[in-house]
Amino acid sequence: MAQPYSDHQHHPLWSLTNINFSYGNQPVLHNISLQLEHGYCTGILGPNGCGKTTLLDLLAGLRTPNSGTITFRGQPLQLWPKKQLARLLSLVPQDFMVRFGFSVREVVEMGLHPHLHRFALPSQTDQMLIEATLQATGVAALADRPITQLSGGEKQRVAVARALAQQPEVLLLDEATSNLDIHHSLEILHLIRNRFHQQGLQVVAVMHDLNLAAFFCDQLIFLKNGKVVCQGPTNDVLTPATIESVYNVEAEVSVSTFTNSRQVSFRLPRSL
Amino acid sequence: MTRPTMTAWLLPLVIAVMAAIAFSATLGFLQVSVSDVVAVLFARLSGQAPPADIDPVAATVITDVRLPRILASVLVGGLLSVSGAVFQAILLNPLADSYTLGISTGAAFGASLVIVLQIFGLSLPTSVTVPIFAFAGAVGTLAVVLFLASGNRRLSSTSLILAGVIVAAILSAAIGFLKFLADEQVGLIVFWLMGSLAGASWSSIVLLAPAALFGTLVAVYYSRDLNIMATGDRTATSLGVHAVRIRLSLLVVTSLMTALAVSVSGIIGFVGLIVPHMLRHLVGPDNRLLVPLAFFAGGLLLLVADTLTRAVLPTEVPIGVLTALLGGPFFCILFKRRQRDGAAVF
Repeated sequence: MAQPYSDHQHHPLWSLTNINFSYGNQPVLHNISLQLEHGYCTGILGPNGCGKTTLLDLLAGLRTPNSGTITFRGQPLQLWPKKQLARLLSLVPQDFMVRFGFSVREVVEMGLHPHLHRFALPSQTDQMLIEATLQATGVAALADRPITQLSGGEKQRVAVARALAQQPEVLLLDEATSNLDIHHSLEILHLIRNRFHQQGLQVVAVMHDLNLAAFFCDQLIFLKNGKVVCQGPTNDVLTPATIESVYNVEAEVSVSTFTNSRQVSFRLPRSL
Repeated sequence: MTRPTMTAWLLPLVIAVMAAIAFSATLGFLQVSVSDVVAVLFARLSGQAPPADIDPVAATVITDVRLPRILASVLVGGLLSVSGAVFQAILLNPLADSYTLGISTGAAFGASLVIVLQIFGLSLPTSVTVPIFAFAGAVGTLAVVLFLASGNRRLSSTSLILAGVIVAAILSAAIGFLKFLADEQVGLIVFWLMGSLAGASWSSIVLLAPAALFGTLVAVYYSRDLNIMATGDRTATSLGVHAVRIRLSLLVVTSLMTALAVSVSGIIGFVGLIVPHMLRHLVGPDNRLLVPLAFFAGGLLLLVADTLTRAVLPTEVPIGVLTALLGGPFFCILFKRRQRDGAAVF
């Protein structure tokens, strides 16, 4: 039977039209329209409180806009069954907190939830996937420890492992590496970047660190005060002018031969 | 979780409950042997007269006095423990139970109100009205707590706990006032508030058994979702779990379970708190294992406690007092030991 949305490649991944969102009477996003195409690592950047995380929640279907429409692969987001969406999208939150002492392996196994029937147990293949994911994210040695006993950085790597075990087509990162030291940040970002190149895992990442974003993302969306300032390929939009207008700092952008990506240095405007 | 762990824990526990039921039925003023109890039961179940060599009085005592009370203690213990496990999971708080949301206090208020009305000359049949009012009190409290907590439409555990604590505080003051009004007859209220299974009959079993079965099955049905909800609403929702909807429905189901249990037995504390807590210590936090185990462990614990007070102790101590006196110190030991082990406290 032909399905109306089976030719999803012809639609943009996401399409947002005139999105408004507010918490109570506190407006957060104003009239946002944008399209995200297939096949990119996209970064969402902007100052604190500009609505980055809210935008990510809207993309994930965790919140619904007050007005405007969001389509995912051509179909309105709210029409997607939650479980079906969970097989395509997975989220790594900023602070991954688990309230009871589940073992790391149990937490990573939770990623299988949208793929398993209610009373099904993980198959042999599923278990191999879990072990491979534990290895890849460097938490295999912690697999039997209760997650409540891990450090913040370790927990965050478990959060990434859990999201990868969900086998999504798009990974949503909400400042997923903000609490990690530079080594672990790079390790996680490299791992995700490899999945992007080898398996076509697409990424939408809310990020704070412009230099990590420059290395990690092919395209960037800059937000300020709940509005989109600009969107485009990293090399086109990561400019001193953009950074100055978004963050109100003076910036110098150079291409580092060391990291082979754009690098930014900042200072406060002289007038301050 | 693997199937073997499930069987390894559940099977011995179910056998232990069966054995405890049979053994408990032998204890009391009239001493009977385990084999006699089994013989009487089989005769009763197959519709025959009890074997001639058994004292007919003993047979009647076993089937009409002891068994309903024994089964009621198992069912009430099971209901309270499963509700406790579910409350802890949906409120993301290992210290939650039916008190946290004021459900038990609401039931206590309902019961106290009837008793006071009785004292003031309203003639109602206590045996029927106290359970009904207790149940209504619990359900009414749940409704108020849900109304207070639903402001942000997400029914977050923080707002639920806060609303529950406030409502419980108001109700406690109201109970205090009712006790004051009851004056010299305050003993009637106090007795009910301390809990007792002495009034349990076969009609209580007819009420409790379907509730226990239904409630436990619902909790088992959602057990994997409950596990995932421990990672927070945002992660759970992104995994396809309808966190808010599940929290609401389980809250209603477990509150009704608690209300039924309380309406039969009065207030029995600590079982709902300590049984899931202890089990989490033993088998880990996986609700798929925890919920069914909680039913049988809770049933076993309350049966042992009730048998102690019914047949072993020289005078009958109110069951709620016994569970608190035994459970409280045990909880303190568990708490201190976990701190000393350097483990995260819960």
